[in-house]
Amino acid sequence: MNRTVYDLIGLAAGVAFILALKGLSHPKTARRGNLIGAFGAGLATLVVFFYSNEKSSLPLNNLGWILGAIAVGLVIGVPAARKVQMTQMPQLVALFNGVGGGAAALVAIVEYLNLGDQATTAVVVFTVFTVIVGCVSFSGSIITFMKLQELMTTRPVIFPAGRFIIAGTLIAVIGVGGWVVTALGTTPLLILAGLSLLFGILFVLPVGGADVPIVISLLNAFTGLTVAASGYVLDSTLLIIAGTLVGASGTILTRLMAEAMGRSLFGTLFGAFTAKPQDVAAVGEERPVRSGSPDDVAILLNYARRVVIVPGFGLAVAQAQHTVRELADLMISKGIDVAYGIHPVAGRMPGHMNVLLAEANVPYDQLQEMDEVNTTFGQTDVAIVIGANDVVNPAAQTTPGCPIYGMPILEVNHAANIIFLKRSMRPGFAGIENELLYDPKTMLLFGDAKASLTKVVSALKAL
Amino acid sequence: MEPMAIVSIFVLSVFVGFEVVSKVSSTLHTPLMSGANAIHGVILVGAIIVADHSETNLELGLSVAAIILATINMVGGFVVTDRMLEMFKGNKK
Repeated sequence: MNRTVYDLIGLAAGVAFILALKGLSHPKTARRGNLIGAFGAGLATLVVFFYSNEKSSLPLNNLGWILGAIAVGLVIGVPAARKVQMTQMPQLVALFNGVGGGAAALVAIVEYLNLGDQATTAVVVFTVFTVIVGCVSFSGSIITFMKLQELMTTRPVIFPAGRFIIAGTLIAVIGVGGWVVTALGTTPLLILAGLSLLFGILFVLPVGGADVPIVISLLNAFTGLTVAASGYVLDSTLLIIAGTLVGASGTILTRLMAEAMGRSLFGTLFGAFTAKPQDVAAVGEERPVRSGSPDDVAILLNYARRVVIVPGFGLAVAQAQHTVRELADLMISKGIDVAYGIHPVAGRMPGHMNVLLAEANVPYDQLQEMDEVNTTFGQTDVAIVIGANDVVNPAAQTTPGCPIYGMPILEVNHAANIIFLKRSMRPGFAGIENELLYDPKTMLLFGDAKASLTKVVSALKAL
Repeated sequence: MEPMAIVSIFVLSVFVGFEVVSKVSSTLHTPLMSGANAIHGVILVGAIIVADHSETNLELGLSVAAIILATINMVGGFVVTDRMLEMFKGNKK
């Protein structure tokens, strides 16, 4: 296959990626969009095996190794993607992004080793960029994975003089980067990779739990840019197009997510340095709460005219989406007006709740977005908060200086009655106490969300 | 490649990238991120190219690692995105 045919097929793959992103932006075309993207990627991968030029002859060198490595990747990647539970999807995306960044960094390192003295300054500059950003994306994504998987604390990790250490590491990374460009050598490049990995860890550690999705999206955009840069190094138009597309759309997406959470990107990334922990109400303080039984909840619901269900991560953990739909259907059959109030970042990722409720075949028209549902809480008799906390915490509106201050919330505090289904009094992912739990119009129903909902459903049926 | 051609491709791709996702609803943020994530798995192409170039064991070892990681990124990414979107489809029945 000659270069023109190869490039044309690469262009077709690039167009497929554009159509994929376009399709993924609309609910009706999203699935097809993803398949088009997969087709483009598959096509681009296949074609490499049939292209020869002055540098490579067919069949490819090391073909056995290449095919074997792809097989290993398939054996690891496909089952992981197929078996993962909905609750763990965000961390899997983080992990996939991280390995992509790692792959880009490795590609740049190999090409650098291979070119040796023949590398032009421009190629070395792009190699340095790929290694730095790819390594940051790799180690940063591993940390976000560990935070989401709760292998480590979800709270911001702040250490003494942290900002100086981070700034120092960044300066060192840039300095060594400059050294690689001028001195050319394997050792400086490996030092650069090591320092970049360290910087990625330090960069993500201070980010608070609730902001992790934004960081994943940002690292995703970073990985895109590294792929584009390695495309320059390898003289591949396709990699430049694909990488730049992801970098650009990922940046926009990161901004949209940050907006949905009412944060500036800057605040998210550097907020941990300025947050004053003493502004947050002390956790663990003994204060009276009103807890109820499933029967109490059923009675409250039976005489309500309008009920809004607010799902959160607890719903996902308990896999209670089918039970909550059963409850909603039962209430609707009793003539109660039921809606789901969906906070854009409820759960661990934007849209997490929509995906979960869609699995239980909850009709679209019952899902109301935040702005829409917030105007109706004044006329709502009961708001049922299932495993959500931060997204209904009024501290976001009333307590300047608390980590979620400024984030738009679902204003369930305006409803006549509030029911919280909770496992315990533990605060939410952001680690902030919720005053609403102590409100006199709040009733708490402790226990696993699915078990509690099942009891409420049978109690309501009996009425 | 001509530097000017590369700059043109880069700039135009940036604008296309901005444009195609600028009006996405928050419902689709996660699948879109995941789909974009899978697309950059196309670095697999780069990994295969460097594996072909590899002359030393070190280079080959690193390229093999890159191919494994890139395959996980690409294939896993598309599969997981499809699983997310499958649930939207079931909804319309």
